Amino acid sequence: MRFGPLVVTFLTGAVLIAIFFIPHHRAQETQSVILEWADIVYTFALVLGSISLWAMHQKKVQQKGEGWIYSVVTLVALLGVTAFGVIQGVEAGTVVGRIYNMVNAPLASTMFSLLAFFIASAAFRAFRARNVEATLLLVTAIVMMVGRVSVGEFVWKGFPPLTEWLLDVPNLAAKRAVAIGIGLGAISTALKIILGIDRSYLGRS
Amino acid sequence: MPALDTWVAALLTLCVFSFLYRDNPLYRFAEHLFVGASAGYLLAVQYQNVLRPNVIDKIGHGNLLPLVPLAMGILILGRMWERTSGMARWSLAFYVGIYSGIAVPSYLQAQIFAQLADAVKPFEPGWGAVNSGLVLLGFLSVLAYFYFSSPHGGIHGIAARVGIWFLMVAFGASFGYTVMARVSLLIARMQFLLRDWLHILPSV
Amino acid sequence: MAAGRNGFWQRILGIDRRWIFLLVGIGTALPLIFPVNLPVAASPRVKAAYNAIEAVPEGSRVLMSLDYEPDIMAELQPMSIAVLRHCFRRHLTPIILTLYPAGPGLIERALAVASTAEGAKNYQDYVFLGYKSGNQAVVLGLGENIKGLFPKDFYGASTDSITLMRHVNSFTDFPLLIDLSGSTIADYYIRIGASRYHRPMILGATAVMATDYYPYLSSRQILGLIGGMKGAAEYERLMGIVGDARRGMDAQSLVHVIVVILVLLGNAALFATGGIKPRIGGGS
Repeated sequence: MRFGPLVVTFLTGAVLIAIFFIPHHRAQETQSVILEWADIVYTFALVLGSISLWAMHQKKVQQKGEGWIYSVVTLVALLGVTAFGVIQGVEAGTVVGRIYNMVNAPLASTMFSLLAFFIASAAFRAFRARNVEATLLLVTAIVMMVGRVSVGEFVWKGFPPLTEWLLDVPNLAAKRAVAIGIGLGAISTALKIILGIDRSYLGRS
Repeated sequence: MPALDTWVAALLTLCVFSFLYRDNPLYRFAEHLFVGASAGYLLAVQYQNVLRPNVIDKIGHGNLLPLVPLAMGILILGRMWERTSGMARWSLAFYVGIYSGIAVPSYLQAQIFAQLADAVKPFEPGWGAVNSGLVLLGFLSVLAYFYFSSPHGGIHGIAARVGIWFLMVAFGASFGYTVMARVSLLIARMQFLLRDWLHILPSV
Repeated sequence: MAAGRNGFWQRILGIDRRWIFLLVGIGTALPLIFPVNLPVAASPRVKAAYNAIEAVPEGSRVLMSLDYEPDIMAELQPMSIAVLRHCFRRHLTPIILTLYPAGPGLIERALAVASTAEGAKNYQDYVFLGYKSGNQAVVLGLGENIKGLFPKDFYGASTDSITLMRHVNSFTDFPLLIDLSGSTIADYYIRIGASRYHRPMILGATAVMATDYYPYLSSRQILGLIGGMKGAAEYERLMGIVGDARRGMDAQSLVHVIVVILVLLGNAALFATGGIKPRIGGGS
């Protein structure tokens, strides 16, 4: 049951690598078709995720678990938005378009904006100069927070050029090494998957 | 935005902000509504933008090729049951193989070769050479830090320690920018509440 | 005496975090209601992005990918409006698309603001292709066949029939790529558009991501970088306009100062108490 999928992985991976080097339009069209198929498969993965979400909340409602009334809200929202979206579409002017502007957009923005409060509280509680490394991190963070906003220049004219130097020299050096490390890691993982050395994505046998 | 929509958006915003005081039913309602509405929206968008034009419409016009990815997509759903979960491996293998194949040459070109080429260029003239030297030193020392195949001792250990210092400066810069990012999101919500809902700020 | 001092610092460190939340909330709201209008100076990287657009010959088409959703629109929407206005002022024609499903609504709003301000019209001064699912797959496709990916634009018109889309069908037909993104989509454009197809590119990113792209600036894979709401404010300053980004800078400054004071206070307490752990009180 695993040999066939391993062959599929090898073939698709090898073909996509080869297509990178073949500028002929037939090769590029083949790539477009393959990638379109991948998008369709991804859509079903989303369907699977939504079914899992539904099942989890439905079980909670059936068993009257703790907070089951909120699960009803999730189920109604999931079913309603999906149904309206499939039938009517999702553009501005549709029911889903309106729900998006009233519900999804403000809730998403606000959830993320909570982080501003938590980051301030966490910085107060946990950001300590306990050793040389932590002090470096703390001092750089403070210089960046003050220097990158308008008030920084009022405090000291040297703040903006200092922040630019920190970004252009030590930050660049470290992030370049991190980028190369990530690149090497990604390539080695990809090759291990294509060659069948890493089979973790297939799950348990 | 119509007034009703603005009021609903503002009240939901306040429901989420109420979490700052303590966890409460209003927040939990907003949270669960968000989960359901987001999942539903994603499904609807994928149906309208992927399934309908690339599968349903094409099959409807007599093109049977989309039956292949459709079959692979249905195989993925086999993961819901223990007995059929093995079938999903074919679809996963296809998907994982594609993006692994794309990753190899593009990472090599854009992240390895391009960055290495920029790392070994000549130093800037004059005082810029100090900065160029520091960038090269930082780059090599951070690479030394990430090399874990031998213990960090001797010269390797010294280089790794210098690398940690460069990493701490980079993380400090990232932290500063992260604070900036989070505060920006809060500013936008405040602008919405004060301008669009309460009309305390002038409209633009 | 020492016990008294320690008790003071203990109380400082044990403060209920909801007071900190309130301080941050007030620090955000007050400068919005009572603006001071602190000046905003443009940084070199934002100037470089601005100059990259200035260098594009008038009448050229530029490819703009606006990839963000409401959760990060605070940083990227003002950026989009400012860059769109710049393109319209320079008589450049942006061909706009998005890889985020919730992007079209926001882009329509940005286009409404920018086109009204600069007198730009759809199909004469810009084309909005809409959303396409697939992320990296779409970026790869942009290198080969844009009209194949987008047979119709966002409003349903056939891209073959749009005059502005004549002679543009891949990355190589654009003198400049502009990506305003809050995710790894920026990496796809750098790897594919800028590196593989050697297109000049400028990037607008959220502040969280911005520091990670400095290596690409150094290697000239991207020519300019607009980072976060501050970057958007700097771009607005270069354009001579006042948008939501510039309006938010006073609040940004005050909250940053609050956070820095809190950090310094916490560290002062650490040194004053010799590293004694505080009793944390209150909060949820």
